[in-house]
Amino acid sequence: MNLVQEAALVAGKDLRIEARSRVTLQQVVPFGLVVLLLFAFALDPDRGILRRVAPGLFWVTVLLGALLAVSRSFAVEAENGASDALRLSGLDPAGVFLGKAAALAVELAVLETVLAVGVVVLFDVGIASIGPLVLATLAATVGIAATGTLYGVLASGLRVRETLVPMLLLPVVSPVLLGATRAWEAAIDGVPGDAWPWVGLLSIFAVLYVAVGMLAFGPLLEEA
Amino acid sequence: MQPVVRLRSAVCLLGRFPALADVDLDVAEGEVVLLSGGNGAGKTTLLRLVAGLVPLHSGEAEVLGCDLTQDRRSHRRGLSLVGHETGCYDDLTVRENLRFAARAAGAEASAVDDVLERLGLAPLADSTHGRLSAGQRRRLALAVAIARTPRLLLLDEPHAGLDADGREVLDALLGQAANDGRTVLLASHELDRARALAGREVVLFAGQANGIPDARRREPAPK
Amino acid sequence: MTLLKPAISRALGWVTLVALVVLALFGLWGAPPDSVQGDAQRLMYLHVPAAWIAYLAFGVTAISSALWLWPRTRSEVYDRVAGASAELGVIFTVLTLVLGSLWGRPVWGVWWAWDARLVTTAVLLFLYLGYLALRSVPASPDARAKRCAIAALIAFVDVPIVHFSVTWWRTLHQQATVFDPELKANIHGVMALTLWFGVLAFTLLYVYLLDRRYRLAVLEDDLDERELEHAIAERVAGAGTSVRMSRGDDADKVVADVTP
Repeated sequence: MNLVQEAALVAGKDLRIEARSRVTLQQVVPFGLVVLLLFAFALDPDRGILRRVAPGLFWVTVLLGALLAVSRSFAVEAENGASDALRLSGLDPAGVFLGKAAALAVELAVLETVLAVGVVVLFDVGIASIGPLVLATLAATVGIAATGTLYGVLASGLRVRETLVPMLLLPVVSPVLLGATRAWEAAIDGVPGDAWPWVGLLSIFAVLYVAVGMLAFGPLLEEA
Repeated sequence: MQPVVRLRSAVCLLGRFPALADVDLDVAEGEVVLLSGGNGAGKTTLLRLVAGLVPLHSGEAEVLGCDLTQDRRSHRRGLSLVGHETGCYDDLTVRENLRFAARAAGAEASAVDDVLERLGLAPLADSTHGRLSAGQRRRLALAVAIARTPRLLLLDEPHAGLDADGREVLDALLGQAANDGRTVLLASHELDRARALAGREVVLFAGQANGIPDARRREPAPK
Repeated sequence: MTLLKPAISRALGWVTLVALVVLALFGLWGAPPDSVQGDAQRLMYLHVPAAWIAYLAFGVTAISSALWLWPRTRSEVYDRVAGASAELGVIFTVLTLVLGSLWGRPVWGVWWAWDARLVTTAVLLFLYLGYLALRSVPASPDARAKRCAIAALIAFVDVPIVHFSVTWWRTLHQQATVFDPELKANIHGVMALTLWFGVLAFTLLYVYLLDRRYRLAVLEDDLDERELEHAIAERVAGAGTSVRMSRGDDADKVVADVTP
């Protein structure tokens, strides 16, 4: 089996588990919507603040949801000694990484779609140019999925992983938050030209951390 | 011929505790070796060392031609380890779990149904792993091990949790494996049953064992 | 084992002390006050060198980690240096941020403005804290070293990206001229000299502290090593007689469980 096939096998496994257990759909997505609601409580919806800061709130919420999704992705491997089985399976760790990251990206995409609708509806946001928005979101999602999977495996097997992953992951993905928010702002304000540099940054981040992940996942899985 | 497993003065740490303090072991191709010893003697650690899951602190270790001090991953495709857990996913069915394990090992997914039959798991094929009883999970763990078609089979107390029927199945499986020329290293407390299956016994105590066959290779104990 | 010979380390300690005293003298009296910012600007002589060390320490941690990961150069020396450098890095990063804040207060009128370099340094602080949190998780030395080394490199790779993204971000907001986000001063002559001297003094301080922290790490590891040898000896001794029995002609008899 080549790398892509192995990745597809692992991604398929993760997504099938998600389809059966529906954790993302029934827990992570509602969590995201609740966070949006809380933002509305915290910031006054009547003064147009929400519309202005909507992109930032959207991406912060996505990151918080990603923490839950990462935690779930590796909780699945913690049951019944599945981590051991994965190590013994003979699968190339880089393939396992790509598979898990891909599955995570799909779950994040679902979350983002629902939240985007939420933001448009609840915060009264209009989108002028959709192209840069979609590309930025794609690049950002890949970047978050790659780093999330990387830190997820790094912390898996540690008793403190629940509190460790957030504090490790969030500083590292802060540029993604920055870039994605700016790109969304540009897309919403109808100045797509401003978005492209950020799309570039997000893409570089994504490519970089996919590469890092493919290299580091193996050694980290051994220690998990 | 080169032994399938070769350990010399192996020391293995679990955190800071020396689980294996000094182990010598030789296992030849096709042998069925019983590993006995009380709780805490280090049987599980020894099996995991052979599987390459725990690093060697000092000493030598060579399994399936691989020097474990240099590379403890490459040889894993050739072996199966049946431990205390199944390594399966609660939300997937028995068949789905088996197919995943088989395909990951590069084995044919179609052979899965055959394995299910042999282990008596066919009626449970579409039940999710989370709903299986302990005994059923034991059988599933064995099924996964077989589906990977390994050269070396490592079994950590496989009889535990199996009902009488299951034990028959396991014994038949081990007999079949021996016939197929697979090498089996079996850790067990069920000394009577296991001694009947094994050609040789190695006793592990407080992390030490001297399991090199020489002129004193013993015959199976009379029943 | 130490990084520097004890004699050199002692000498370095004295030289560092003298350098810091000289820096203080120059910084407080020798150099003239800034024409725009007044005496507050003197904090630069501490803030900039501290920032330099904050980033240098991170670089050292990253390079050390890489050297540990590379099989041919793997040695516990690099693991210890990485950890020691990270601890120093946190100290200097916090120092940078606090001094930056103190400097900024009279200049901007607020305790914190979103200056690009300060923000990047703040992210650096969190990357450090994450690394140290990982280091404090109990594990076998090799497992911990590997995990931390990889984490250090993952974070290191992020720093330039953070730097660029934050700098772009802040330059986009230059319209607010009330907050001129640049903590700069017109530097020439004595001021420049003092600044460079500050960088030198702080670098000496860093090297000295690194050596001392390294020695502490060696002592800690020695203690662990001894405890381990003791544990192994106990396990072997506890099995004493029984093992002899199982290795003799009674090899085919089952050994009774003798509780050590």
